[in-house]
Amino acid sequence: MNLTVIPKSYAAKREKIVNFLLGASVIVAFLVAWELVGGLALVNPLFTSSPSRVLKAGFLLIQDGTLFKHLAVSGTEFLLGYGAAIVVGFPVGIMLGWFKGISASFGPFIAAMQATPRIALMPLFIIWFGLGITSKIVVVALSAIFPLIVNLQVAMSTIDADLVRVARSYGATRWQIFRSVALPTSVPFLITGLRLAAGRGLLGVIVAEVFGGSQGIGYLIQYAGATFQTDKVFAGVLVVAATGITLDFTLERLGRHYDRWRGESAVH
Amino acid sequence: MPSANVDTNIKSSGVATPVVRINPAERPKSVLPLPASTGAPSLKPADREVKLSVADLVIGYLDKKSGHTAVAVDKVNFDIREGEFVTIVGLSGCGKSTFLNAIAGLVQHQHGEIRVSGKSVTGPGADRAMVFQKASLLPWRRVGRNITYGLELGGMKPHEAREKASYYVNLIRLNGFENHYPHQLSGGMQQRVNLARALACDPEVLLLDEPFAALDAITRELMQQELLELCEKVGKTVLMVTHQIDEAVLLSDRVIVFSARPAHVLADIRIPIPRPRRAEIKETEEFRGLVHQIWSIIEGNANIGGGI
Repeated sequence: MNLTVIPKSYAAKREKIVNFLLGASVIVAFLVAWELVGGLALVNPLFTSSPSRVLKAGFLLIQDGTLFKHLAVSGTEFLLGYGAAIVVGFPVGIMLGWFKGISASFGPFIAAMQATPRIALMPLFIIWFGLGITSKIVVVALSAIFPLIVNLQVAMSTIDADLVRVARSYGATRWQIFRSVALPTSVPFLITGLRLAAGRGLLGVIVAEVFGGSQGIGYLIQYAGATFQTDKVFAGVLVVAATGITLDFTLERLGRHYDRWRGESAVH
Repeated sequence: MPSANVDTNIKSSGVATPVVRINPAERPKSVLPLPASTGAPSLKPADREVKLSVADLVIGYLDKKSGHTAVAVDKVNFDIREGEFVTIVGLSGCGKSTFLNAIAGLVQHQHGEIRVSGKSVTGPGADRAMVFQKASLLPWRRVGRNITYGLELGGMKPHEAREKASYYVNLIRLNGFENHYPHQLSGGMQQRVNLARALACDPEVLLLDEPFAALDAITRELMQQELLELCEKVGKTVLMVTHQIDEAVLLSDRVIVFSARPAHVLADIRIPIPRPRRAEIKETEEFRGLVHQIWSIIEGNANIGGGI
């Protein structure tokens, strides 16, 4: 009897391709249906737009430079707010996790802050910081900072007590234990925090711009919607979605790079 | 196996092998100064320098349930001379690991003194290195940087540390594995890295806390043999804790038997089997006699003390 043995790597590759095709076919079917709904005049394309119209609107926005102008504003707001969240959130999260006293004092306050919907404070931020980019940066920073704080705090509580004991037995100082055990432990948690924070931050940018202001992708979407330019609305949304996916993918790859010591199989 | 022979050996234990046995009844007032001096085997001259000296050591701990302080180790005395391999055996939970942690400086003692090369121990230090039961390697560091970890904590630059550690990397046959991550190694290999990490620091006294207890039976035997050869080669002063009596007899120059908690020294037994030893000695009459003798001391104590 002959048995054809398919090499494991080949089987895995084939499964990957099949999965990709399955996923892609659903997306393609959706796009075709979307196009037909407008094209066959089942619904007024003014409401639904269609993939071809969205692409055309997108090209026009790129051509006349509108997209990049707004993208530059939104990008600046996001990067400054996200950066501020990392610079403040990383040390705060670490300290909350590392020093029990600080955690006891500030923990409830931070939990209360986290439960408050930041975007609801937007009217206040506009009063305090104006309609310019400052109020948006504040919203982004406040949206992004809490996932970072919480993740790093949790990271500190997962430190392996055995590793600390080994370090102590070799006479390590508290600072050395922090650097050689606590910081490496925190890396995967930092990456997860960064991914969550990127999503929240991006949401913060768009909602803040929709709320008030005269520039940015959020404003572009809001303005296009108010003037019934559904093609432009979809084009704007597409740009935001693409940015989100790219950011998340990049951070995930970064995480995998720093996680390469955590393997599955053992070599004996 | 002539069991009568073994019995005789035990009954006449004071004669057959140089043993000091402490009567449990006299325990409270007493701790006999234990015999680094009695009947030293020719390989380990008694006039060697005392590396580790434990005097009247009492270790208490706070029992979290009752809130009272309980005694884990009660007035332990002994000396270990340079190059000696000494093993503490006792029932699990008898306080032997607490005792070893105190020697490592990780646990404070309430009374008495620990001295390493004459210097009083108040905390962890570079003169001692501990090998724990769990390998506890830093999973994000490759094997090479794990071996040099202790040296780096002592303030040495990674490349200098690597140079200093290379002798032990070769000796423990880890060369070629420096770029592996711990998860790529088997349990036995991980434990060898753990051992190399301790040896790389070149401590005056090497402390082993049930180093092979987490390994499977076959790997354990192989590691025992390897440690035996290693110690005969480098001549380190070693204090080990184990509950495997045959492991203790195979590796040690002296076996110290701890009582049930609170721990005190029941006996300090010399193992007169000449070195170099090989695992085959486990088959000999002499070896079995010694194991039996130690076992009956532990068993007798467990019965007197109201059971296990």
